[in-house]
Amino acid sequence: MTAFIIKRLLSAIPTLLILIIFSFLLMHSAPGGPFSSDRPLPPEVLANIEAKYHLDDPLPLQIWNYVVGVVTQFDFGPSFQYKDRTVNEIIGQGFPVTLTYGTISFVVAVVFGCALGMMAALKQNTWLDYLAVGISIGAQVLPNFVMAPILVLIFTLWLGWLPGGGWNGGAWPYLIMPVIALSTSFMASIARIMRSSLLEVMHSNFIRTARAKGLPSRDILFQHALKPAMLPVISYLGPTFVIMITGSVVIDLYFTTGGIGQAFVNSALNRDYSVMMGITILVGCLTIFFNLIVDILYAWIDPKIKL
Amino acid sequence: MSDTAIAEPGHEIEGSGQGRSLWQDARRRFLQNRAAVISLIVMILIALIAIFGPLFAAWNNEEVDWNVLGDIASMGGPSIENGHYFGVDELGRDLYARVVQGTQVSLMVGVIGSLIAVTFGTLYGATAGYVGGRTDNIMMRLVDILMSIPYMFVLILLLVVFGRSMWLLFVGIGLISWLEMSRIVRGQTLALKSKEYVEAALATGVKHRVIVTRHIIPNLMGIIVIYATLLVPQMILTESFISFLGLGVQEPNTSWGALISEGASTLQYGTYWQLVFPLAFFIVTLFCFFFIGDGLRDALDPKDR
Repeated sequence: MTAFIIKRLLSAIPTLLILIIFSFLLMHSAPGGPFSSDRPLPPEVLANIEAKYHLDDPLPLQIWNYVVGVVTQFDFGPSFQYKDRTVNEIIGQGFPVTLTYGTISFVVAVVFGCALGMMAALKQNTWLDYLAVGISIGAQVLPNFVMAPILVLIFTLWLGWLPGGGWNGGAWPYLIMPVIALSTSFMASIARIMRSSLLEVMHSNFIRTARAKGLPSRDILFQHALKPAMLPVISYLGPTFVIMITGSVVIDLYFTTGGIGQAFVNSALNRDYSVMMGITILVGCLTIFFNLIVDILYAWIDPKIKL
Repeated sequence: MSDTAIAEPGHEIEGSGQGRSLWQDARRRFLQNRAAVISLIVMILIALIAIFGPLFAAWNNEEVDWNVLGDIASMGGPSIENGHYFGVDELGRDLYARVVQGTQVSLMVGVIGSLIAVTFGTLYGATAGYVGGRTDNIMMRLVDILMSIPYMFVLILLLVVFGRSMWLLFVGIGLISWLEMSRIVRGQTLALKSKEYVEAALATGVKHRVIVTRHIIPNLMGIIVIYATLLVPQMILTESFISFLGLGVQEPNTSWGALISEGASTLQYGTYWQLVFPLAFFIVTLFCFFFIGDGLRDALDPKDR
């Protein structure tokens, strides 16, 4: 197990290096630097500023310094747009917010998605099944950027029950709509995966044997069927995490929750490359980390997989 | 499963082999799936609107109707009399013309994006699977590495750095999703490679190139068509997402995502039609593609039922 984890962590290194170097080169090939504006600066001033941010060093040295900074101190350098803030400060401000509603959405999606999928599979071809399948298809064509305005229309403008945006330290009325908007589409995906995988398991031989020896349905479900049926769901959870972080961009923008997605879009619109790179690399790290956890979980549940 | 093939033995003899009979069989199965057929018809209608829609528009998508500009919430609604079938947007532009234009862009992104993804993914996956060994190992390792890169963020980075152009968006979206495709194709190729007829072809001295084009690719077609259909809505979703953020297509061009974003931001002024019309096109199209994809899966891959 330990050897497996170490091997996986080692294989993450080239991925991160590719990501860092790629985004760094991309940033440097951009036409117009972070300090070019409508009113051009005098060349001496520009040279001074570039020297301050080490933009006049040879490119390999810049990459090397950046990689060393990121790896040794987790330092993404200064923001190019806000002179008095570092990328770390900007990320540090937004990330807890994203993490809070992201985690809640994740739990909601997994719990409700699994429940819906199980219900549909156990009552196959009844109205319950059709309802569950209908919900999951419907949720798939309503991505979060469509859900968000519809929710605001209903709950804020028509009913006036919930605030239309803001964060307010994560008070629950401010959490409800972001969580619903973010979790719905992958709750639907989880429900679909759960349904088809549980159906397949329920039709397999060992379940028939369990039935034949007279086990009650509840025991069959929880002791025999659920564990193998969970496997495809678990392997979906890795990509889910990425979808969640990506989705948070819309949530932040629409509900002005002030998470990391808002910082990303703002920096994209302001050409604040260092913040964009920092967030991209951070999300890359989290993705790799999450995929690792999913792999370990997978191996732990499925005894057929040897590490 | 193969009872239909037995029922129609005539097709086995004529033509150049089993390939044709599979496709005829698949067409029959597809036509029996009512949801898929209706979706296909609706989809064709939407495509026709995208192509011929501008002919029926009373306004073009850049003209501003000064008559309604002053009071859009009460005068800019959908009406037949002044030629704004879907109403106008907050700048007094005809929404029908804009929705038609957005439909063109969104459908084009979907189709071109998934063509790029499918072509690239198939070539890559088939090469890795057929060559096998060391090459396969290295190629699939690379796919593994690329898979854990947060693509949406990289795509936005690309769009910001190189400026927003529609072609960059198309190519970028296409290049996001060839990875999954290449994995599927590789797995399928590996399975096909060890089939007896490939072995027989090899034994009789058929060239590798001919084996790939004559035996491997035709057998991959089913799965390629299914995934291509399921990719289109994903592409449309990705493009809409990027346009929603204001990083996609630029004015005066538009797309469903951009229109939905506009409609959502002006909802509070009571101009509901700005959200409803683009949203309806968007949702109906996605539904259609999902049902067509499902129908194709049932038709082409009957053992998967």
